Amino acid sequence: MAYIYFDHNATTPLDPAVLEAMMPFLHEAHGNASSFHSPGREAREAVDLARKQVASLIGAQPAEIVFTSGGTEADNHALRGVIARVKAGAGQPPHLVTSAIEHPAVLNTAQMLEQQGCAVSYLPVDEYGRVRPEDARSAINDATALVSVMLANNEVGTIQPVAAIAAIARERKAIMHTDAVQGLGRIPVDVDALGVDLLSISAHKVYGPKGIGALYIRRGTRIAPLIYGGHQERRRRGGTENVPAIVGFGRACELAGELLAESAAREARLRDRLEQGIRERIEHVRINGHPSERLPNTLNVGFTFVEGESLLMNLDIERVAVSTGSACSSGDLQPSHVLLAMGFEAEAAHGTLRFSLGRRTTEEEIATVLDVLVRVVARVRAMSPMYRDFIKGRRPAAASKA
Amino acid sequence: MEPYTEKVMDHIRNPRNVGEIDDPDGVGEIGNPICGDVMRLYIKVEDNRITDAKFQTFGCGAAIAVSSMLTELVIGKTIEDALRLSNRAVAEALDGLPPVKMHCSALGEDALRAAIRDYMAKQGQQLCVCGELDCPCRPECEERERTRERAHAAAHGIEVEAPEDSPATAGGSTN
Repeated sequence: MAYIYFDHNATTPLDPAVLEAMMPFLHEAHGNASSFHSPGREAREAVDLARKQVASLIGAQPAEIVFTSGGTEADNHALRGVIARVKAGAGQPPHLVTSAIEHPAVLNTAQMLEQQGCAVSYLPVDEYGRVRPEDARSAINDATALVSVMLANNEVGTIQPVAAIAAIARERKAIMHTDAVQGLGRIPVDVDALGVDLLSISAHKVYGPKGIGALYIRRGTRIAPLIYGGHQERRRRGGTENVPAIVGFGRACELAGELLAESAAREARLRDRLEQGIRERIEHVRINGHPSERLPNTLNVGFTFVEGESLLMNLDIERVAVSTGSACSSGDLQPSHVLLAMGFEAEAAHGTLRFSLGRRTTEEEIATVLDVLVRVVARVRAMSPMYRDFIKGRRPAAASKA
Repeated sequence: MEPYTEKVMDHIRNPRNVGEIDDPDGVGEIGNPICGDVMRLYIKVEDNRITDAKFQTFGCGAAIAVSSMLTELVIGKTIEDALRLSNRAVAEALDGLPPVKMHCSALGEDALRAAIRDYMAKQGQQLCVCGELDCPCRPECEERERTRERAHAAAHGIEVEAPEDSPATAGGSTN
């Protein structure tokens, strides 16, 4: 039986067309994009084309794209680069506003900045995992240099009101950043419609290669480099360009633009079928995240009485790949910080799975996963002392929300 | 996280001795759903020897594998030998656990000890949390145990309220 991969929010498979575009640059076309000779110029032209392709997908100018080693570096660059520029001049410590449900790439960077004397406010979210723009309004003060709120949450898929928050940030003359890594290729992303100054993206979430991403920097934004070195990327990011990866990222963005509308509609339909099937066939489940303002490919489900990792391992045995919360927190003992911020109690937050569909997901796969899931949940619940107590009437069904 | 060993995967795939014993001689329950792991162990004892063991576990793959392996290891052992079974021995029988999951093996040892304490209490004997009968330093042992439980909860990012001063009772759950 083939493996069923429902973990596209962790990473996506490389599109064959992307691989094809990359191949020459992994082999014969080995030039350094900074060299003046023909091989160098060939690499330079390929990087320029990729920059246009990436810029085009997000409605930016090519000169506003800085290639990075991935989404994490782009987030680090945005936060640390903006705060570094403020520190140079001001008397009072700079202030950063972010949310409680950011990816660790933002959260841990914010915590590091906090240790260095930066003031940080973490915006709460509602029960659907949504930041309220009015909370951003009250958190922003005269010292606020940067507001960073993700476009769509990786664990529950909730889409954030970034445009509304960006408008408030602009009024208060704060720079607005959004981590759009999980949104790119799944929902339309346009830097002007969002009104953001900085935006992080990554290739491997859009069927491109791993190890390449970009930070969009709106022209005129005051930001220091994160990585110093040569003159590459208009001196905003040192280091010889990763030409094959950049070429792959460009082609992946081009494809994402062409396929976006169709694949989003298709994935939403399949996701809804999966959600409905789970609701109909499995008792004591809870769908997490916003009912409508949600990534079309993402479904986060809580299964009462069981722990998520044992479900994951049992599904893996049946050749179905899913995730508990985010892949980054696997191996961590803490329940999901996103679900805790949404008001879930730790007990409920432990028993969740994330299903994230992709371009190649089929209806047959949805049907198979439903059958497997019914079996696996029953098997793991049969082992659970809490389920046992519930069956015997010694324990309430525990809607288990705070 | 490091991957699970083949032995661990085998016990996740086919857990041994899942369920409950209708008229158990001892029951031990350890853990906290907030931490993401609860293990309940039932034992049947005849002539000072564990003749049957069954478990119910809410927890990760490692917690289930530990529970399953534990039941295999204790069936047939005398109470004294069962008390000498360490969490390390359970982990070794599984060919090891990823470092972040080592605390799951402690869950097994603790549940076993709790089940035996419950059994002993029914026999009118007081077994200290340290595993010694008629231990002269019970309060110290119990304080040490509470400290350990708080450390476990802290590893899960949970703060446990200060220990109560109520007199300790033998057997049953220790959390």
